[in-house]
Amino acid sequence: MLDVAKTAPLIDIAKVCRSFPKGSGDDLLVLENVDLTIRSGEIVGLLGRSGSGKSTLLRIIAGLISPSSGSATCRGETIKGPPDGVAMVFQSFALFPWLTVLQNVELGLEALGVDPAERRKRALAAIDLIGLDGFESAYPKELSGGMRQRVGFARALVVHPDLLLMDEPFSALDVLTAETLRTDIIDLWIEGRLPIKSVLIVTHNIEEAVLMCDRILVFASNPGRVASEIKVDLKHPRNRLDPQFRQLVDSIYARMTQRAEPRAPSVEGIPGTGVGMVLNHVSSNLISGLIETLAGDPYHGHADLPVLAERLQLEADELFHLAEALQLLRFASLSEGDLTLTDAGKRFANLETDARKKLFAEHLVAYVPLVGLIRRVLDERPSHSAPAARFRNELEDYMSEDYADETLHTIVSWGRYAELFAYDEQTEAFSLENPH
Amino acid sequence: MMLPRFSPPALGRLPRPNIWDAVALILIVGAMVAIAYGARQTEAPLTSLDIAPVSLDPWHLPLYALRTTLRMLAAIVCSLIFTFGYSALAAKSRRAEMVMIPMLDILQSVPILGFLTFTVVFFMNLFPGRVLGAELACVFAIFTSQAWNMTFSMYQSLRNVPKDLEEASQSFHLSGWQRFWRLDVPFAVPGLVWNTMMSMSGGWFFVVASEAITVGDTTVTLPGVGSYVALAIKQQNLPAVGYAVLAMLAVIILYDQFLFRPIVAWADKFRFEQTASGTAPESWMLDLFRRTRALRALSVPFVAVKNVVASIPWQWPWPGQRAAADAPPSRALDVVWYLVIAAGTAWAGWLIYQYLAASLTLHDVASAVGVGFVTLARVIVLIALASLIWVPIGVWIGLRPRLAERVQPLVQFLAAFPANIAFPAFVVAIVHFALNADVWLSPLMILGTQWYILFNVIAGASAFPNDLKEAASSFQLSGWRWWLKVILPGIFPYYVTGAITASGGSWNASIVAEVASWGSEQLTATGLGAYIAAATTAGDFPRVVLGITVMCIFVTLFNRLLWRPLYAFGERRLRLG
Repeated sequence: MLDVAKTAPLIDIAKVCRSFPKGSGDDLLVLENVDLTIRSGEIVGLLGRSGSGKSTLLRIIAGLISPSSGSATCRGETIKGPPDGVAMVFQSFALFPWLTVLQNVELGLEALGVDPAERRKRALAAIDLIGLDGFESAYPKELSGGMRQRVGFARALVVHPDLLLMDEPFSALDVLTAETLRTDIIDLWIEGRLPIKSVLIVTHNIEEAVLMCDRILVFASNPGRVASEIKVDLKHPRNRLDPQFRQLVDSIYARMTQRAEPRAPSVEGIPGTGVGMVLNHVSSNLISGLIETLAGDPYHGHADLPVLAERLQLEADELFHLAEALQLLRFASLSEGDLTLTDAGKRFANLETDARKKLFAEHLVAYVPLVGLIRRVLDERPSHSAPAARFRNELEDYMSEDYADETLHTIVSWGRYAELFAYDEQTEAFSLENPH
Repeated sequence: MMLPRFSPPALGRLPRPNIWDAVALILIVGAMVAIAYGARQTEAPLTSLDIAPVSLDPWHLPLYALRTTLRMLAAIVCSLIFTFGYSALAAKSRRAEMVMIPMLDILQSVPILGFLTFTVVFFMNLFPGRVLGAELACVFAIFTSQAWNMTFSMYQSLRNVPKDLEEASQSFHLSGWQRFWRLDVPFAVPGLVWNTMMSMSGGWFFVVASEAITVGDTTVTLPGVGSYVALAIKQQNLPAVGYAVLAMLAVIILYDQFLFRPIVAWADKFRFEQTASGTAPESWMLDLFRRTRALRALSVPFVAVKNVVASIPWQWPWPGQRAAADAPPSRALDVVWYLVIAAGTAWAGWLIYQYLAASLTLHDVASAVGVGFVTLARVIVLIALASLIWVPIGVWIGLRPRLAERVQPLVQFLAAFPANIAFPAFVVAIVHFALNADVWLSPLMILGTQWYILFNVIAGASAFPNDLKEAASSFQLSGWRWWLKVILPGIFPYYVTGAITASGGSWNASIVAEVASWGSEQLTATGLGAYIAAATTAGDFPRVVLGITVMCIFVTLFNRLLWRPLYAFGERRLRLG
């Protein structure tokens, strides 16, 4: 038994699948055949778009949810419930607002039954380490976001976990604060001052992954799976401007925008295509804005995604959604991390508002199967109206309720902009009547 | 002073009455029937009860007030215990929740004073010949007026604990018991404190009403402010009524300053918000307590006990949290459970039928429903009148922050004041001018509850955003247009909250308001409240059960078909910020 504990990797995930019940009653697969091993002394990153199942995998390792199939072990033992020696830092900080900083940090030790004197000593040490001196008796609501996440780190570190799980720990912070905190954590890690052996970080920020990780697992969506694994051999501290660093970031962008072989969009029944396509909400203003930016100086219809992300101050994830919306509507094409305007896109950039709406409407009907379906149903019905539930049910055959909501929300907002149909939020019904 | 808004618990979850409401109604009425039946069976001569007669000497009033207050305290402790147990069970067990929550919903609409009929006899039979039975009955009556909305609030909090905190406590290995005290309870505190405060306000009304009560040949007179007033009415002593009003004023002020202000100020730290906002509630009492070492020392043992208890690593006997999507619930067990519920409901239904059919006919049901409509009409007219009066006044006050700050505590206080103490003054006037009781007794129903409308409208108008006010005046909106387009939609959600509380309170008050007396003079208005009151005095249990059931159905339908849709509409369309 001892031998196993010594030689077994910290975490071993083999052929793990996880599905959730869907609105329509069937199960939706969010994680498919994932393998992952975490050993001592490394920082592993799970990088992927929202909905790629990376958070689900993190929660399986944290023992918060169990896999539907496959095996998940911690030091050779199957994970049932939160394993010992694993602590977690949350995206939303998850601090208890009624406890002071010190009490929050002590909480984990209390549950472990550490005696009060020892508890206090270790908590103060963790607070000291993470740079929270002087804030011990403050309540979380008195702190800024960055300080709050420091409390989150102190609370996780104080239990001296072998594995520290981080669930997008910097994404709720502003750019500057996130950078400061990130650098502080990396510095502590390379100096060997963190009382932990390994780190697993979930992120959708490509640069963050390259900056921190020794190994990056890039996730693909629908269903979530590991698309590729990338080793990062750059020396710490890493420099974002280093050409090698830039090259790595560019290549990951390219990998993440590489679509799986285009599936015929008319084939209904495959999730991700046809009516069952998940549409992330992107406002029509942003779409117009991006097309204008792309058409103008200095891009002239062609741009590199990382450059755009920097220029527009967008998270990679947001930019992906936006770029994909353009691609779906055939206003631009996306390949190898580059976004290129199509002829229609260039035309769109030069049109007046009403003409833009008309062009947008044409593309919407032609390329978004759900919009076509709604128009058809509205035209066929004598009342020219249809309840949203009619389409929601159909969507839920392919996706979870949340995604169905998001998709409908997107359709409503695009349809309104294109003046294709009206939607009454009160009665939750689509109709052809537009107030004049 | 800005108060946090909590949605009234009468607005549970389901928009329309459904099968579960029917199940809950039958189960509850069934339980009442069982108690009533038991009470009748073991009826003993209770007239011999030896209770010190109440005297109208004002110098006795402080002592009476103290006893009344102690009853309140006892009831609130019972309510808290009930709240913790019931809501924890309902929140943690899906199967229990199926029955318990609709039950709670129905219990909220049961007229408390109707309840008293059985409980008085029941408790007095438990302790024959002793004051304890009567005391318990009184405490139980207050308890029934307080417990339901507290429990609802706690249950709703328990079900809405933020997911990330839940994961954090799981990930840091907190046991079920530890999690309950470290996460669930603190998260529920603000809502619970607010609802306890509202319950207390309502409670004074019932403590006064239940201290002196006659059920058939059983008369209970517990020394307290309520029985003092009852005696004053019997002896037509108007000055004594005045003394009682003063005593009550003093009690409520002391209660508020020494108990509730400090608790509200203390509970502020549990408010779930990530940023410090607005002004925190203050209490000189809490400040005093925090500053003086001697008083602080008093709390040390309590804190120590709390810490020890809260850290016990007990797991729940059932699997911790609702195992989200993990283990799908067992279908077979569900079926068994449904069968148990169905059987229980059928049995309760049969019991009710047996009991009522023995002495009542369909004609009785029709007449109870008939007078129900009369009371319904009264409630609607009164709420409308009160709204017409208090909405403009509330808006006027609310838009003047300095004034609102001063008026708001006064209104809150008026809401807590048991209006039934002041009833005699009105009855004297009605008798003196020989007015029509059917019309003029009605306002008594809303005397104590109208303040909730004013209170909430002031809160809504104070919270109305300044930029919208400025926008309205820059577009020169005024007169009717300003009322219809600007302020009324702005305060609508607040108004509905107030109106719901007011209407619920009016139904309850109808039992004491539709029948009034002054000395030997008896005034009766036609209505469901008078129907229940008459049946109570006559000790006619089947009619009491019938009356309560009818009122229960009226209140539930009124809430579900009118208030909930209005509330949902307000929340969805007119919520600002």
